[in-house]
Amino acid sequence: MKFKQTNRGIYQKWWTPYAFIFPAFLVVLFIIFIPLIFEFMIALFDIRLQNIRLLRDVGINIFSFPKIMKNQFLGFGNYAEILKDKLFYRTFLRTVIWTFTNVFFHVVIGVWLAILLNRKLPGKSVFRVLLILPWAMPQYIAAITWKGMFNYEFGAVNLILNKLGIEKINWLGDPTYTLMAAIITNIWLGVPFMMMVALGGLQSIPSDLYESADIDGASSWQKFKNITIPMLKPVMVPAIILGTVWTFNMLNIIYIMKDGLPGDDVNILITKMYRDGFDLYRYGYAAALSVIIFIILTLFSIAYLKANQNEE
Amino acid sequence: MRKSDYFERTDSKIKILFIYITLIIMSLLAIYPVLNILSSSLRPSNQLFSTSLKIIPENASLMNFKTAIFKKPLVRWILNSMIVSFISMFISIVFSATSAYAFSRYKFLGKKSGMIILLVTQMFPAAMLLLPLNILLTNMGLSEKLWALTIPYISSSVPFSIWLLKGYFDTIPTSIEESAYVDGASVLTTFYKIVLPLSKPALAVASIFCFMNSWSEYIVARVLIHDERLYTLPLGLVTLQGQYNTEWGVYSACAILTSIPVMIIFSYLSKYLIGGLTIGSIKE
Repeated sequence: MKFKQTNRGIYQKWWTPYAFIFPAFLVVLFIIFIPLIFEFMIALFDIRLQNIRLLRDVGINIFSFPKIMKNQFLGFGNYAEILKDKLFYRTFLRTVIWTFTNVFFHVVIGVWLAILLNRKLPGKSVFRVLLILPWAMPQYIAAITWKGMFNYEFGAVNLILNKLGIEKINWLGDPTYTLMAAIITNIWLGVPFMMMVALGGLQSIPSDLYESADIDGASSWQKFKNITIPMLKPVMVPAIILGTVWTFNMLNIIYIMKDGLPGDDVNILITKMYRDGFDLYRYGYAAALSVIIFIILTLFSIAYLKANQNEE
Repeated sequence: MRKSDYFERTDSKIKILFIYITLIIMSLLAIYPVLNILSSSLRPSNQLFSTSLKIIPENASLMNFKTAIFKKPLVRWILNSMIVSFISMFISIVFSATSAYAFSRYKFLGKKSGMIILLVTQMFPAAMLLLPLNILLTNMGLSEKLWALTIPYISSSVPFSIWLLKGYFDTIPTSIEESAYVDGASVLTTFYKIVLPLSKPALAVASIFCFMNSWSEYIVARVLIHDERLYTLPLGLVTLQGQYNTEWGVYSACAILTSIPVMIIFSYLSKYLIGGLTIGSIKE
C-alpha cells in the first residue's frame, strides 16, 4: 500500500524523525558496527591463547588496540593462512551445499504449502497452525530433540525406517549422515517462515488477474508461471536473501548435532569459526574467518539483488 | 449447499483429496517431533530405552515433570530467562516502535539508507560478532551479568521489529492523526495516544518475536554466562541433553514445559503475521 505524503511539515521540525529513530540506531551502532570494526582490526593480529591477556588492557577503547598489540601485528597473515588451507575450501564447499539444499527446500516446500493453503478449504486454519509449529519451537530444543530422534538404537527415525524395511542408519556417527540429519532438522525448522512469507505474498495478488486468465482459458501451470511467480517475486527475494544469510550462519543446529563428534568433517564455516575462536582460542584467525564470511555474504546479496533487478 | 461454497470452483474432487492428503502428511511431519518429546517426557525411567513408537507410552507417568520442577533448577532457569526476555522485549519494542513510526510517517534525509542499513545488520548475526562483542562486554565488566545479556538481544531483534511495525503503520490512514494535530496534539501525544493503540496486533506480534528471540537464544548466552546460578533456560536445558541417559526423560519434560506455552501464543498470533511480513517490504 502506498502511503500518501500529505503536507504535515508544520507539525514537525527537521529533527523530529531523527529523534524518533535515534535510540534504535544507537543500539545498532554500538552492538553491531563497533564490534564489526573491532573484528576487522583483530583479524590483522596474531591473537591466541598465549597473549589473550593483552586484550584486557584494551578496555573499551578499541582504538588503543593497535598500539597495545603492535608486536602481534600480522597484516594479512591470518587471511593468507586461511586461504592456503585446503580445509577452508572443503568447509566452504560444505557450507554452500548446506545453504543451497536448505534454502531450496525451504522455498519449494514453503511456496507449495502456501499455494495449497491459499484457497477455499474447510479446516485450512487448523493446518496453518500445525504447519507453523516448527517456527515456534526454540532452535536448540529442536536440535536436541531431532538429535534424539536420530539416535541409532532408540531414535524414532531409525525405528520408522526399520518398519519400512530399510536398514538402520548411523546418523550421528558418520559425518556425511550427521550433515544430512542436520539438513533435515534445519529444513523442518525453516519451512514455516517461507510458507508465511509466501502466503502473505499470495494474498496480496488481486484475484481478478486469475479471473481474467480463466476467461482467456489459461491452464493452472500457465497461471502459476505467468501470474503467481512474478507476483510473488518481490516478496520472496528479500526473504530468500535473509534465509540464505541465516542458514549460512546457522550455528546452533550443527553445533549441537555434531557435539561429541571430533574433527572438522561436519563443520560449516560459522561452526569452524566458533571452534577456532572459542575452543582453540585463536581469536585473530577466527576474526579473519568471520570477515571472510562477511565478504562472501555481502557479495552474494549484491549479486542476487542485481540479478533480480536486471530481469525487471 | 453447493460444492463451490466450500471449495474453489475449479478444483476437482481428486484434486481436493490430494490437497488434504498432502496437508495431513506435512502437518504430521511438522508436529511429530513435538509428539516425540511429549512421549519421552511421559515415559517412566525404566522404559526410557524403548523401541516402541507409541505416543502415549504404557504406564505413562508425570514423574519426569515432577523431577524437572522440584529436583532440577528449572524454576531458576525460567526466572533468569524471564528477566532477560522481558527486559529485552520491552526495550526493543519502545525503540523499534518509535523508529518505525518515523520511517512510516516522515520524509527525511537518509530514510531509505536507514532502512537498508537495518536490513544489512541482519547479515551479521550474533554468531559472527560474538568474538569482538565478547571481548568488549568482558572488558566493560559486563560478562556474567544477566541484564547485560539483553544488550545483544535488543540489537538483534530491533531491525526485524522496525520492518514489521513500519509495514503496519503504513496501513493506518493518516487522517486521524491529522485531526489530532488540528486539535493541537503534539507529535508524541499523537503517537502515544492514537497510533500505538491502533497498532495493538502488530505490537503484539513484534513483542512475541522479541521475547522468543531472547527466550530461545543459546550461543551468545553460552559465551557470556558461565556462572551456573545465572544460567538461562537454553543453557540449563543443554546441560540435560546427554543423549538417552537417565536425564533424557527429564530433559523432555523441561523442553515440553518450555516450548508449549510459546507455541500456543505463537499459533494464536500467527494470523497477524501474514500481513506483517509482506508489507514490511522496502518499497515506500
